[in-house]
Amino acid sequence: MNNFIQSFELNFIKDKRYMYLVEGLGNTLLITFFAVILGVLLGFLIAVIRSTHDKTGRMKFLNALCKLYLAVIRGTPAMLQLLIWFYVILVATPFPKVVVAMIAFGINSGAYVAEIVRSGIMSIDNGQFEAGRSLGFSYRQTMLYIILPQAFKNVLPALANEFIVLLKETSVCGYIGIMDLTWGSDIIRSRTYEAFMPLIAAGLIYLIIVMLLTGLVGRLERRLRTSDR
Amino acid sequence: MTDNTTLFQIDNLEKSFGDNLVLDHISTSVKKGEVIAIIGPSGSGKSTFLRSLNLLEMPTGGTILFEGQNITDKHVNIDKYRQKIGMVFQHFNLFPNLTILRNMTLAPIKLLHMSEQEANEMAMKYLERVGLLEKANAYPSQLSGGQKQRIAIVRALCMNPEVLLFDEPTSALDPEMVGEVLEVIGDLAKQGMTMLIVTHEMGFAKEVASRVLFIDDGRIVEENTPKELFESPKSPRLQEFLAKVL
Repeated sequence: MNNFIQSFELNFIKDKRYMYLVEGLGNTLLITFFAVILGVLLGFLIAVIRSTHDKTGRMKFLNALCKLYLAVIRGTPAMLQLLIWFYVILVATPFPKVVVAMIAFGINSGAYVAEIVRSGIMSIDNGQFEAGRSLGFSYRQTMLYIILPQAFKNVLPALANEFIVLLKETSVCGYIGIMDLTWGSDIIRSRTYEAFMPLIAAGLIYLIIVMLLTGLVGRLERRLRTSDR
Repeated sequence: MTDNTTLFQIDNLEKSFGDNLVLDHISTSVKKGEVIAIIGPSGSGKSTFLRSLNLLEMPTGGTILFEGQNITDKHVNIDKYRQKIGMVFQHFNLFPNLTILRNMTLAPIKLLHMSEQEANEMAMKYLERVGLLEKANAYPSQLSGGQKQRIAIVRALCMNPEVLLFDEPTSALDPEMVGEVLEVIGDLAKQGMTMLIVTHEMGFAKEVASRVLFIDDGRIVEENTPKELFESPKSPRLQEFLAKVL
């Protein structure tokens, strides 16, 4: 027991080493949060373009562009994309590293969100479209007021899963020198030469965040499900 | 209740899906206040005909004049036009994520810019008329088929349409629920609502319709008053059809 306390002190208390975890967690959450927002915006936009093309045959060019984006993003590792954003595309720009990571992960996540949302849109019965249109809603209004709210409800579990994956995927940020939660804990390891404490601590923090997120989504799901009784 | 204003003037209406000609030069007209039953075997094109009247199916030929305006013209605002044409579907197509009240008020609020209070009051009035006032805050999944279809009808009415189109409104219902829906449609007929109803309910067509169209193979084979059409059918095709269904 004494060993444990000593080890705890060495790894977290001494020299305020817990700050590596706190700052790292801050970066992890910051990057994830903005990447999710970017990913959702991008994902919904692409999903709407793709399903509009599938339903009406319009937007041929945009659809082709979206397909290219999906192929490239889903066909290459997220970490490699991060490196390319940092060392190639945004290399001469004054963006802070954290912003580069937000862009890289947001654009990466957008591709997955797009396919999730598109499957949600396609799962809505065509009768819902027709009902909307027959009341006088335009295609866009029908999408916005009638289809997307239902699609969103249907894909919420899959979306939540995507956010969880994204949160954990940001752990490769260390490769471009961002101190996220994972790298923060690794810095502690390199200072104290003790691996167990800092790495397990980082793992527990990820786990707790994911559980909180899961609980939150569960509550949202239940609220949206009031209409299914 | 019929006055002489022509609402629809349909000339040589044609619709094909690829090589398949579904509507073959259909011409007829609809006057204000008329109740038109459209009967015919399945696959005859009667639903396609109805759906092309509010452009859910785009005609591939011919013209549809609504109040003198050619609605198949590219410059016509389809959305504005559809606001005047209510549609009731076989499978109700209520919005499952919205309460009954929201189902009814969504379009009037968003499209007619009614205030929420105004729209709610109107919706409640209609709900009372069809005896479903207590369902205002229920969700569609909590309603029976007959109740859903009555809601679908009043949802269309909330846009204050000039014409109502019914696409087999009772075909998806359990037999004991058909009556309550037909009763609502019958009431509307008495109030002078212009309606076109694709139906398999011959008894209802006979009783409520002012005119019956018999469509087969994409053509109007016979059109007449219900009495004439059912009691002395002229074409052999209609005689054969009636012998099967009556």
